[in-house]
Amino acid sequence: MFRYIARRFLYIIPMLLGISSLTFLIMQLAPGDALTTMKLSPDISEEVYNAMRARFWLDQPPHMQYIRWIQQLFKGDMGHSFLWHAPVTWVLRQRLFNTLLLTLASTVLGWIIAIPIGIHSAVNQYSWSDKLLTFVAFIGVAIPNWFLGLLLLYLTVSRGWGFPVGGMTSIDFADFTFWEKTLDLARHMFLPTIVLTTGIVASLIRYMRSNLLDVLRQDYVTTARAKGLSNRVVINKHAVRNAINPLITIFGYQLGGILGGAALTEIVMNWPGIGSLMLNAVQGKDYYLVMGNLLIGAVMLILGNLVADILLAASDPRIRYE
Amino acid sequence: MAKTATTTAMNAQTVYADGGAIRSPWKMAWRKLRRHKLAMIAMWVLIVLHLFAIFADFFAPYSELTTDRRRTYHSPTRVHIISPEGKLTRPFVYGYTRVDTLRNLYEEDKSVIYPIKFFVRGDKYSFLGLESNLRLFGVEAPGKIYLFGADRYGRDIFSRLAYGGRRSLFIGIIGLVISMSIGLVYGGTSGYFGGWVDNLMMRVAEIVISIPGFYLLLALSAILPPSLGSTERFLMITVILAFIGWAGLARVIRGMVLSISKQDFVTASEAVGCSQPRIIIRHILPNTMSYVIVNATLSIPGFILSEAGLSLIGVGIQHPDASWGNMLSEALNLTSLTRYPWLLIPGFFIFITVLSYSFFGDGVRDALDPRAQT
Repeated sequence: MFRYIARRFLYIIPMLLGISSLTFLIMQLAPGDALTTMKLSPDISEEVYNAMRARFWLDQPPHMQYIRWIQQLFKGDMGHSFLWHAPVTWVLRQRLFNTLLLTLASTVLGWIIAIPIGIHSAVNQYSWSDKLLTFVAFIGVAIPNWFLGLLLLYLTVSRGWGFPVGGMTSIDFADFTFWEKTLDLARHMFLPTIVLTTGIVASLIRYMRSNLLDVLRQDYVTTARAKGLSNRVVINKHAVRNAINPLITIFGYQLGGILGGAALTEIVMNWPGIGSLMLNAVQGKDYYLVMGNLLIGAVMLILGNLVADILLAASDPRIRYE
Repeated sequence: MAKTATTTAMNAQTVYADGGAIRSPWKMAWRKLRRHKLAMIAMWVLIVLHLFAIFADFFAPYSELTTDRRRTYHSPTRVHIISPEGKLTRPFVYGYTRVDTLRNLYEEDKSVIYPIKFFVRGDKYSFLGLESNLRLFGVEAPGKIYLFGADRYGRDIFSRLAYGGRRSLFIGIIGLVISMSIGLVYGGTSGYFGGWVDNLMMRVAEIVISIPGFYLLLALSAILPPSLGSTERFLMITVILAFIGWAGLARVIRGMVLSISKQDFVTASEAVGCSQPRIIIRHILPNTMSYVIVNATLSIPGFILSEAGLSLIGVGIQHPDASWGNMLSEALNLTSLTRYPWLLIPGFFIFITVLSYSFFGDGVRDALDPRAQT
């Protein structure tokens, strides 16, 4: 197990090299470079511009620029964000926390809601409640996160529901006490969390239902029933445990989708996360920020998959990693 | 492996099914699909939507770019069938006057009546080289009919939905075809050769998979020069979407090919001296067909949603060209959203399309799945 985890971690290094070169290549293809907007600005003199070019090795050929970028990366420096006039790492750190807060809250909430519903649906297959829940789940999967977000924003404003419709904190946040801060944050998180949770719940219900249905058809479930175990014990102790395992892998695969969905939701609902940051960076041609953002997104995805695989290995004795 | 066996059978010309009647497996699948009510409804919805988009010129009362500065954010015009005298008449609309210029409030002016006419002469268009101005419906000149309201420039949302559908719906299909072809060839080659080729090719695919798709989309859209014409831009965005989509498919195909290529019929074709491309294309890939078809219908919504998402935030299809995504971008402004809620209508169209594709895809999967016996 330990060796497996170690190997997976080592494997991340070439992956990151590949991802960073792809990222760099994409940025090379883009018109202009990180300093083009600076050059056009009347506030910046020719000397400053040239000094900046030299500092970021932009006067060197592309492969040297890439090596320079990687060198700096190992020192924990991802370059300079020209939009924010700050180091990219600093900007990313601020935003990463916000995105993680939102996605983790929605994921946890999603699992808590979806698993019992999925179990209920499978155990009472073809009952009216199952049909209703399956239908609702279908709609939940088909409705894009951002559109649900827009609908919620519309309802919130036109019906006068008292939820904040954008941002993460109130203006006077700094003056609040700890509990007021928590409450304020929770109120701001409410709408985007609902949006993301809906998507997660809808797809998890469907997976949980079909997995449990598969497991319930297995012979060992019949055996357990034949032994005279109560229905509750058969389902909770024998069936559900085996049905949840595949969901862990699915979670790993879905992480990319959740991140993408979160990005659009952040943009639509004005949540200051890395998704909305990415859009600003792309629009502002802030190339170091775009590259840093892509890299962070990839790291989150890879780590998420890794965690999912390790959890699966830990929870399922049938899976052995050598 | 049950899947592989049945699809192999599907490629044979005929199979004997119930009562000795000769039916091809595709016909059997079709029969099964037809029994799936929800899938059939979804299929018809999709056909109607696609026809609506293809013949947008005919169904839309106005052209895509017809603006009307005096009717900005016009509310949806109500269609009446009861005349002011209380009699049932042919459908008509009243004239509207703007009562509040600042907030764009409009009221019906009951003194002017514009009957809705069918097969009228409207804005000119050319379709497949045919010049015409025949449109399904419309009202006489000073009157306007806005079934779904108007946008910021007084453009008819109903008409723009039809024209936008051309981009929003077909980006899914074209993007799918591109990414499918890449995925099939790439995955097929990788799985067939195995060894270091397989190893290298899969690592490259994994790099593409490891970057969150939407982030990669955003970065790639930054490459597009702003000077691109609308057709080029549409094509480039399709290519970008396909670039994101191929890798996941390639990985699955590779897995399937890996197991298929160990089977006897592949060894047999090697023994009779088939060339490697022929074995991959003619013998191995057809066996992955049922998976590919199911995967295709289920992944079209992903393309449509990605385009909508990109256009929504202003980096996809650009104004004044309509796409369902960029029509919604006006709704991102909270004031516009609450005052002019009809701006949300394109979102419902996206939703209905995605829902229909998933119902239809589910039906296709059940129909092609040999394990599902009905």
